[in-house]
This record gives sequence, C-alpha cells and structure tokens, in this order.
Amino acid sequence: MSTAAQSETEGTPTGSARRSGTVPGSGPTQEIRHAKPPRSGVLLTAAAWVVGILFALPVLWMILTSFHSEEDAAKNPPDVFAPLSLDGYRAFFDAGPWPPLLNSLTASVISTALVLLLAFPAAYALSIRPVKKWTDVLFFFLSTKMLPIVAGILPLYLFAQKVGILDNIWWLILLYTSMNLPIAVWMLRSFLAEVPVEMLEAASVDGASLTRTLRDIVAPVVMPGIAAAALICFIFSWNELLLARVLTGTVAGTAPVFLTGFVTSQGLFLAKVCAASFVVSLPVLAAGFAAQDKLVQGLSMGAVK
Amino acid sequence: MRTTKIAVLAATTAGALALTGCAGWGGGAGGGGSDSINVLMVNNPQMVDLQQLTADNFTKETGIKVNFTVLPENDVRDKISQEFSSQSGQYDVASLSNFEIPIYAKAKWIAPLDDYIAQDSEFDQSDILKPMTTSLSSEGKVYGEPFYGESSFLMYRKDVLAAKGITMPAKPTWQQVADIAAKVDGAEPGMKGICLRGQPGWGQLFAPLTTVVNTFGGTWFNQDWTPGVNAPEFKEATNFYVDLVRKHGEKGAPQAGFTECLNNLIQGNVAMWYDATSAAGSLEADGSKFKGKFGYAPAPVVKTDSAGWLYAWSWSIQQASTKKDNAWKFISWASGKKYEELVGSQLGWTKVPAGKRASTYENADYLKVASAFAEPTKAAIEAADPENPGVQPRPAIGIQFVDIPEFPDLGTQVSQDVSSAIAGKTTVDEALDKGQKLAEDVAERYQKRKDQ
Repeated sequence: MSTAAQSETEGTPTGSARRSGTVPGSGPTQEIRHAKPPRSGVLLTAAAWVVGILFALPVLWMILTSFHSEEDAAKNPPDVFAPLSLDGYRAFFDAGPWPPLLNSLTASVISTALVLLLAFPAAYALSIRPVKKWTDVLFFFLSTKMLPIVAGILPLYLFAQKVGILDNIWWLILLYTSMNLPIAVWMLRSFLAEVPVEMLEAASVDGASLTRTLRDIVAPVVMPGIAAAALICFIFSWNELLLARVLTGTVAGTAPVFLTGFVTSQGLFLAKVCAASFVVSLPVLAAGFAAQDKLVQGLSMGAVK
Repeated sequence: MRTTKIAVLAATTAGALALTGCAGWGGGAGGGGSDSINVLMVNNPQMVDLQQLTADNFTKETGIKVNFTVLPENDVRDKISQEFSSQSGQYDVASLSNFEIPIYAKAKWIAPLDDYIAQDSEFDQSDILKPMTTSLSSEGKVYGEPFYGESSFLMYRKDVLAAKGITMPAKPTWQQVADIAAKVDGAEPGMKGICLRGQPGWGQLFAPLTTVVNTFGGTWFNQDWTPGVNAPEFKEATNFYVDLVRKHGEKGAPQAGFTECLNNLIQGNVAMWYDATSAAGSLEADGSKFKGKFGYAPAPVVKTDSAGWLYAWSWSIQQASTKKDNAWKFISWASGKKYEELVGSQLGWTKVPAGKRASTYENADYLKVASAFAEPTKAAIEAADPENPGVQPRPAIGIQFVDIPEFPDLGTQVSQDVSSAIAGKTTVDEALDKGQKLAEDVAERYQKRKDQ
C-alpha cells in the first residue's frame, strides 16, 4: 500500500515528463489538420478505415464462421447468411479446453513475469549505467535469436527426456523465458535510454539506493514500455506452438496444441476450429485492450525526438 | 487507480499460480498415476467418440484412467515417430496405421501382442478380418489391433445416373467409369462427373492413384527394386487419372483431398467419388442431404480382379511402456466387440468403428442403418490383398503405398508434380520422369542391402 502511495507522489515528475513528451507530439498533428484542406482529411480517414477493415476482415470472417454449422462453414461459395449455430462452441467446450488453457496461462504469465524481472535490471545495465562493452552484450542477446528454434528442438527434446522433464510446464516456462528475454531486453533498453539523466542524478543526490531508484524512479517513467514489452512476451508465449507441440504430451499441452487437435483429415472441422481459435485468442485480445493506452504510449515512445 | 490495477494484477497472477498447482504440471514423463495410461491418437471422428466414451465406461469398469493427446494426422505421425524412435515411454498406446506398424515392428519400437491375445479370450482375434491381421503383422507376430478399417470403392448418386438412363455395372472398369463421368457431367447445374483427390501427399493423391496404377499393371517398384514410375503402365494410369479429373473432375481439383471430395458429394457438386469406404457413414448419416440416394460399386479395375486399398487405424503399444498390461486392456476394450455395441447404442450405429470384425457385418442393428454400404465395404476389405495387389510380385507389403520408411517422402514429392499436372502446369510424363529419378535413389539403398 505504502509503495503504491509513494510511487504516486514521487511519480509526479513522471507525469509531467510524460505530458511534456506528448504535447509536442500532438501539436504538429493539430497544425497539419488545420493546414490541409478538409477533403484530404476525409480521404485519409476513409483510407484508414479501409486498411483497418482489411486487417480485421479475416478475424471477423473467423468469428462469423465459428457461429455457422459445419456444413454451412464448408460451403463453397460461402454462405454468409446461413443460420447461426453454437455447435462449434459446444464441440470446443465439450472437448475439455480448461487444462490446456490453464497451462497456456501459467506458461505465459510466469514466463512474462520472469522475463520482466530479468530484463529490467539488464536493460538498466545496458543503457543508464552501461557495463563495459555493452554493445557486445547487447549484440550477444540478439544473436541468441538468430538460431531458428527448430534447429535446437532435437537437443531440447533429448535433454528433457534424459532429465525427465518432458511434458512438464516448467520446462516450457524456462524456454519461453529465454526465448523472450532478448526481445524484452532490447525493448526496455530503448525505453530506459529515454529516462532523463537529471532525474537519476536527483535520485542519487537524495541518497536513493539502486533498487529504490529502479523501483520508484525508473519503473514509473518507463511503465508504458514495460507494458508493451510484457504484452509482446505474453503474446509470443501464448501463441507458441512448435516447442509446445514437441515437448508436451497429455499433461502440459498448451492451448495452441489443443487448437490444432480440431483439424482432422476425415470430416468437417472449420466451424469448430474457428470457434476454438476465437476463444483461444480472447485472452490476448483482453490483454491488448487492458494495456491499450499504455501500449500506444509505449510503442510511440522514442518515436518523437 | 493504480492501487486497484496492481491489486488486480497480483490477484490474477496469484490465481494462475494457485490453479497450476492442481491442473498444470502433474509430473514428468508418463504423467499421472500408476493406474493410468497415456494414449496418443489421430483426431478422426471415431477417435473423438472414443475419447467421450472412455471415462464413463472403460475407466469405470477397470479403474484405469486414460489421458489422451489428440492431433491432426500429419502432426500425429511426426509426434509418434519422434516418441517411438526415442523410446521415451511417454505414451503407452498410439494410433498407428498399417503403413507404420510393420516398419515400427522391425525397428522394435512396438511390442508384439500375441501373448496378450492368447490370454484374452474375449477379444477373439479370429473375428478380425484376415487382410487386417496380415497387414498389422510382421514376421508372423501381431503388432497392432485395428480400431477401424477401410478399403476403397466407388460412391455414386443413383438418382443422377438413373435420370440419365445409366446403370452402374456390378464390377465397373475404369473406362466405364470415365464414360459415365462424361455423361453425368453437368447433369445438374454446377455438377461435375467425378471427384478424385488431387491434393499433394502420399496419403492424399497417391492413395487412390496408386490403386489405379496397380490395376493398370504398373508398380512403384518391381520385386528386385527396379523402379517403374515412368514405365508405360504407370504413365498410362496416371495420364488416365489426370485426364479424367481435368475433363470431368471437381472444381479446384489440385487442392481437393478426402474432406473436399466428401463435401462435394454431400452438397451435390459431383455425381461420383472414388475414395475410402469409411466415407459412406457420413453420406448416409442423418441430416445428409442425399441420404439413401447413394450407390456403392467395387473399386474400378482394369487388369486386376480387385483394386481397393486397405487401411486401418490401429493401436500399438510402445516397447518402452511400463504399463503394457493396462495398455492391452485399453486396446482390447477399444477394438472389442462390446465397444461397437456401446457406440451403436449410445451414439448411433452409423458411428460404429467398423471394417475390422466379421461379427460387425452380422449384427442386425448395424445392418439396419448400414445396409446400403455394409456388404460392399466388407467385400472390398476382404478382396484386398496387401501382399499381392498388382500384376507383378512386389518387394514390400502395401496396396496404396510401398511399406518402406522412404515412401512418404517419395510419394509426396512425386504427388506434387502430378498435382501440378492436374493444374495444367506440367505434364504427367515430365512429372513421372522426375519421379523415376527419385525412386531410383530409394531403390539403390535396397538393392545394395540385397547384394550385401
């Protein structure tokens, strides 16, 4: 409680810093809006809508298909106005989706938390107080992403088999953490680089410890960045299929593995798969909406210089 | 505001952590207790039914809990070969087909079942159709028990043929089928003559096409492993198939597989379809648009007496399994007579995993709903000869495939070019000349082994 209150008070400079960051950003936009004739504004709006709808169309189509019966879903040419049905959802929930969904949630939430816990100090050591040869360190982080996962899958499988951690969710958590760590370090590093040096100096003058500085000064300033990094890590681990498919079995199977289980080579499955895909993507959508305002700030942070 | 957000976040995380304690991670390899088994299987409708019935019946009777992993066909093949080749012992039972079982048996990845069969009088191995037992055995030992089996036959719309004044011959030849396809093409608006798979894949396009090749007198390999992919008979058969599907076949043929063709026939987009006998259950199911209007004829022939393929999704026990006794109990239940009764009474007789037991075809309840296709199905399976499917002796078992580990790669590569020929992007001759070279590479290994 007291921590939250403190950060609220100490976060005041943060708030003004953020505001001062956005004001110059919104200024020119307004000027442009006034300067250009209204017609091009209408065109731009229309274009934005067209692009938006184009991007949303496959998802909307998926949602529509999920509410059709299997026979209607398989029709070619498609029947948009076919009667709606909940059969797809019934099939999905009858198949017992809770264990895989919980596994996914566990793997995504814990690995994301671990990633942030490790990436935040690492990013600090690579931007605000750079360690020796910090560019090399940064590049090393990136280089771990250069080997495609599929190239490492056999050793990962054999190792897990020997150690006896096949089909164990903690093995996935470990892998997801290491898979997302470089991305998070890179993302957070660029956000931390934006923190005004004066604030850190003021903190050290006031005698704040490193932990205190990180927790109460730096973290609130880069919260949008942390939110963006967390969301990306969450999405990546939530959607991960390759590792999960190879390394899990009956116990630790995640939602994407469960989702593929609806595809069959005998019989119809489109409506079921669409229903399952929709339900499985809901948590990511929810996380996205929850972090939306932070995310926009986070993603545009550093864009205006 | 921030306080609430942090509280919500903390609560969610704590909740997730607490939940994982009970649902998430049970244990390492072979999770679950000693009285449970793990089953890895393909997600065909019959398996989904099995999954639904297991807890209330098998587990209730025996106390053995069954954990299933269900995956699409290609994924399940990958996963099973990965699991079984490493003998990780994670899964006790897997659904394998008569393609894998002889190969896995030679590699000693799966356990022979003869001892279990001998001790389990209720199972009644002699009731299993003979070609099934043959194709699931290796060196005289049984390594798999069929869950459901199929052959292939010709399905057609009796009403459409009748409207054109055509009768289907009792044992049609491919030429007769091509003539009928030409006549019924366009019989109804948008209706094509016949549906034949064109989707690349050794188990897609080459399942029906290899049976056509067999009956035209062709073969992938002769007994001394000389490949015959660009031999005149193979070319003639493939040209015939490609011409037929190009002239009178379904729309989008290069992408059409089993599912697409099933849709086409159900929706009245085609008048005939040559494919798996197991499709008939879907055609005659309640709610199917043209139920009762379908006729069934044996697989069309040219030079052989019969041409239908043989395929069975079957159960095998991993050699590394530590719960083989329980695994057999599951197999004995799932492939047993009583299970068919159970499906019939609870889910309906059209859903029975048929095509494996002679007794199924004497069951009055089953015959009542399956009268249209039961006899043709049984006849097709019994006529199939996996050891001698063509006009020449073969080096390996298999009708619509050659039972060697290299065949999926070979068949799939050649099928891509044949599928391109169906799309009009290349010619059959070019496709098969390329295929011959690929087959030569495979043959070389076997010829060398023979010489040694």
